[in-house]
Amino acid sequence: MTSAAHTLRIGIARGWIEFRQTLRTPSDLASYLLNSVIMLVILSFLDRNEPAAGAISLGMIGLPGALATMIVFGGVTSMAQYLSIEREDGTLLRCRALPGGVAGYLTGKVVSVSLMTLLSMLVILLPGLFLIDGMLGNGISTLPTALWVTLLGLLATLPYGAIAGALFTNPRVATGIMLVPIMGLIVISGVFAPIDGFPGWIQTAAQVFPLYWLGLGMRSAFLPDTALAVEIGESWRTLETVGVLGAWAVVGLILAPIVLRRMARRESGAAMEARKHKVMQRVV
Amino acid sequence: MVNEPRAVPARIGSTETVVEVRDLWMRYGQVEVLKGVDFTARRGEVLALLGPNGAGKTTTIEILEGFRARSSGHVRVLGTDPAEGDERWRSRLGIVLQSWRDHGKWRVRELLGHLAAHYRPHSEPDRVRPRDVDELISTVGLEQHANKRVSMLSGGQRRRLDVAIGIVGRPELLFLDEPTAGFDPEARRDFHDLVHRLSDLEDTTVLLTTHDLDEAEKLADRILILAGGRIVADGSAETLARGVARDAEIRWTRGGDRYVHTADDATAFVRDLFDQYGDAVTDLEVRRATLEDVYLSLVHRHETGRTDEAAMAFEKETR
Repeated sequence: MTSAAHTLRIGIARGWIEFRQTLRTPSDLASYLLNSVIMLVILSFLDRNEPAAGAISLGMIGLPGALATMIVFGGVTSMAQYLSIEREDGTLLRCRALPGGVAGYLTGKVVSVSLMTLLSMLVILLPGLFLIDGMLGNGISTLPTALWVTLLGLLATLPYGAIAGALFTNPRVATGIMLVPIMGLIVISGVFAPIDGFPGWIQTAAQVFPLYWLGLGMRSAFLPDTALAVEIGESWRTLETVGVLGAWAVVGLILAPIVLRRMARRESGAAMEARKHKVMQRVV
Repeated sequence: MVNEPRAVPARIGSTETVVEVRDLWMRYGQVEVLKGVDFTARRGEVLALLGPNGAGKTTTIEILEGFRARSSGHVRVLGTDPAEGDERWRSRLGIVLQSWRDHGKWRVRELLGHLAAHYRPHSEPDRVRPRDVDELISTVGLEQHANKRVSMLSGGQRRRLDVAIGIVGRPELLFLDEPTAGFDPEARRDFHDLVHRLSDLEDTTVLLTTHDLDEAEKLADRILILAGGRIVADGSAETLARGVARDAEIRWTRGGDRYVHTADDATAFVRDLFDQYGDAVTDLEVRRATLEDVYLSLVHRHETGRTDEAAMAFEKETR
C-alpha cells in the first residue's frame, strides 16, 4: 500500500468516526443544525404556494438559495471553527507527532465537515420539498446536478475555511470574523430574492464570489427553465458556474497546503501550553 | 537515597549513537535560550534532562522532536536532521505529550486504535508496528476505561493514555516532557517500571525532562543538567554527586552535645573518632552529597550569574 493511499484511508476513517461522534453528541448536533433550522424558518415566511403556470414563487428561489448557503457555512465557517478549536486543544499537535498525522487529520476534517454539511442540507431539503410547491418539476435530473454543484462547492469553500482556521488562533475570533462577510454575501448574492432586481455593481460584485454561483447552480437543479426570466443573461450559465467555482477551488487548493504547512510547523508543546494558559486566564 | 541496581544486559556493548547534539544554539530575538548545548545518547540509554524552569529543557526536546527549528548547531536524531525528518523517521519516534483536552469525544480504545493505524506501513520484521492495542491498554492499566470517552478520564488516567499513545508505535526513541506531573505515587511507580521495561526489553532510548530529582535518579542511566543555556553536568547520579562535592558530612552525639564535621575521607575520620572516644560516640550519621545537593549548588551558581565558572569547575573536578 502506498503511503498516500494509507493516509487517505486513515483520514476517511477519522472523518467517519468524527461524524458519528457529532451525531451522538446532542450539543454538537444542535449547533451544527441550528443554521438549517433558521433557514427553514426563513423559508416558511416566503411565498410557498403553487405559482401560476410558468411563474416562480420566492420560496422556489429561497430553497436552492438556502442549500447553497449551507455549503458556504459548512465549508468555510465550520471548517475554520473546527480547525482553530482543535489547534487550541492540542488535537493537531497530537496528530503532528504521528507519521502522516497532519495529512490524515486534514483529510479527516474534510470528510467529517463534508458529511455534516450534507446532513445540514438534507435537514432543509426534505421538509422544504413538502413546504414549498413546485420544487420537483425537473424530476430525477435534479439529483445529479445538485450533487455536482454541492461537491464542487465544497471544493471551492473548504480550503478557505482551512486557511481561516489556520490564520486565527482564537476559535471565537475565527467564527466571528468569518460570519460578517458571509452574511454580506447572503444579502448581495440573490440567495433569497432574484438578483436581477439589484443594482448592477452589486450584481458584478456578487459574481466574483462562490455563493452566487452555488445559488445559481442549485436553482438550475430544482427550477424549470421558465425561472430563467429573472437570471442574469437569462441562462443557467453552467460553464461559467464550473469555471468560477473551479477557479476558487484551484486557488484554494494551492494556497491552503502552504498556509497549513506553515501552521503545522508552528505547533509545539510550548505553543500549546501558552494557548492553554491564555484560555485558563479567560476562564478565570 | 538508595538506587536499586538494574539489570542492563541489552545495553552492554551498545555504542550506536541515537541522539547527537553539538553546539546547539537557540535564540528568540535578542534572547539566547540555548548557548552551545552538547550531548549524545546511545541506544537503550535512559537520559534525564534536569534544569530549573526556563532553562531550555522543552526547547531542546522540541528541536530534537522536529517541532521547532534551531538557530544553529549540529543535531542528528536516529541519524537524521530533525528539521528534515520524513514520515518514516517520525514513525521511529515516540512523543508523550502533556494532553489537555484533545480528542475528548473519542473512546480510549477507538483513539488508540486509530492512532496506531498510522504506524502500520512502517512495521519492520524486528520491530513490529504498531503495538497490539488491547495489550497496550492493559500495560498502562486502562482496561476498566477502554470504552470510556477520553473527556471522562481522570487526570491520572489521561496521563496513562498519553504514555500509551507515545509508545503505540514501538518507538526506538521516546521523548517524555515532564512525564509524571499529575501522577499519584502508584501510577508513578508503574510508569517507572514501564520505562525500565522499554529500555531493557526493547532497547528503547528514552529522553525525559523533569525537575523531580528523585525521579531522575531512579529512572536515568545518565543525568544532564541544563542551566544557563548549556549542559553544566553530564553523568550518572553517583558520578555527579562525587564530582561536585567529594566531602561527606559526619554528625554524631557525644556527652549530650551534637557535632558536625565535613571530611574528605569519611571512613578514616570515623575510625579516628572511635579510636579517640569509643562508646561515647552515639547517633552517628555519614551523609554523602546527594544529587539534590549537586543540583542546587549548580543551579545556585547559575542563578547568581556564575554559570561558566560552575560548568568549568565541574569539568575540572570530573576530569
